[in-house]
Amino acid sequence: MSAKPKVAFYWCASCGGCEEAVVDLEEKILNVVEAVDIVLWPVAMDFKRKDVEAMPDKSITASFINGAIRSSEQEEMAHILRRKSQFVISFGACAQLGGIPGLANLSDRASVFQTVYRETPSTVNPEGVVPQMEHKENGFTVTLPGLYETVRTLDQVIDVDYAIPGCPPTANLIEGAVQALLSGNLPPKGTVLAPDHALCDECPRKDTRPEKLLLTEWKRPHQVLIDTETCLMAQGLLCLGPATRGGCGAPCTKGNMPCTGCFGPTSRVRDYGGKALSALASIVDSNDEAEIARIMDKIVDPIGLVYRYSLAASRLRRKKMEVNA
Amino acid sequence: MPESTFEPKIVAFFCNWCTYLAADSAGISRFKYAPNIRVIRVMCSGRIDPQFILDAFAKGADGVLIGGCHPNDCHYQEGNYKCLRRFNLLKRVVRQMGIEDQRLRLEWISAAEADRLRVVVNDMVEKVRALGPLNWSVAPEPLAPVHAAGELRVLQEVSR
Repeated sequence: MSAKPKVAFYWCASCGGCEEAVVDLEEKILNVVEAVDIVLWPVAMDFKRKDVEAMPDKSITASFINGAIRSSEQEEMAHILRRKSQFVISFGACAQLGGIPGLANLSDRASVFQTVYRETPSTVNPEGVVPQMEHKENGFTVTLPGLYETVRTLDQVIDVDYAIPGCPPTANLIEGAVQALLSGNLPPKGTVLAPDHALCDECPRKDTRPEKLLLTEWKRPHQVLIDTETCLMAQGLLCLGPATRGGCGAPCTKGNMPCTGCFGPTSRVRDYGGKALSALASIVDSNDEAEIARIMDKIVDPIGLVYRYSLAASRLRRKKMEVNA
Repeated sequence: MPESTFEPKIVAFFCNWCTYLAADSAGISRFKYAPNIRVIRVMCSGRIDPQFILDAFAKGADGVLIGGCHPNDCHYQEGNYKCLRRFNLLKRVVRQMGIEDQRLRLEWISAAEADRLRVVVNDMVEKVRALGPLNWSVAPEPLAPVHAAGELRVLQEVSR
């Protein structure tokens, strides 16, 4: 066996975009493959859980885990990889903040099952079957992982050393993180491996942002012809750049779309959504209660806007559970 | 929980120039009101970061009361308006999270309105009392899956 550092990639509740992000390293991935041994990568290589289980503890240099934790299987794999790895890195918005799957925290397991297995128009399920963790038939028992009520971030489940933000993380950040790990030149534990400034700082539209930004109307991208050079907020669009960590290189605002906040907060912020809504509300140009309400009503889904990627990591974490009588 | 034993915990953010002075004046005037509020003095209602309010709920507050200067009376000219704008959006976020409207309240109370402070506090305490405790917490979900009986518990201990 070679003495190259061992690296694992694993996915939990995620879409697969983070795996794409690794492939997006393009030819740089050859440098990575040359420098490390990949010991687990379900999307691309044929290693199994038992192969990891057979490895000595702490024998993997770094595990990059993407996706939120939503099922018992994901939780188990997270614990196994923690035990086998020197470093665990939350890879991408879902692992770091809960991501899009974290929005399921506005619901609960029973309602999710109700919608998905009974109510959607395309569902044909006359017997009303929903997933069970255990099923007995002809004396045999089959089991499935269980789905939790609450979606959790990776660091709510295991000890995590670093986070690479983004939906998905950008190639430059992945490359930087791998370099840092290989060189041993590491920042303090808990660091988010991205610059600690707001997106506006690196946005190419920065200079067109007015000194005092004031708005009386929010617009949504499909309602306006977006100017390609002017600050998106100055055009009335709900851009979350001021509340969001930079480091992505602003591909969205360069592509004429407002920032949706996938890089999460900077290090000074504890609750991304609270800060984001504060940033948006502060520039509303009205002192009249009714008019403020009229302007804010244009924001149809406040949580979907300000907590799009971070509900599971927020202070409240989930919608209040209905207590069964 | 029986109603008689539940005492709501209400975190009150009062601005230094108006509502805090009203509370001070209520004390000097020996007005009696429900002892359920924990007052946090801030320089201006515009200083109240929505994170503070979310944090208060997350840490066990049954209600949050914000007190600021009346419109046009802000010591810093427009801090209370900023508070009002944030409050609108925050209220909707909090509602989406399943927290009842009566648990989060914004009131303009001037330094001269000690009696109004008493009325507002008493009213809020009664409304929150009627709702019962919020007890915000995310319940840990003990792993039930049959296929991982025992094994995961060991893993959790090792990896923590």
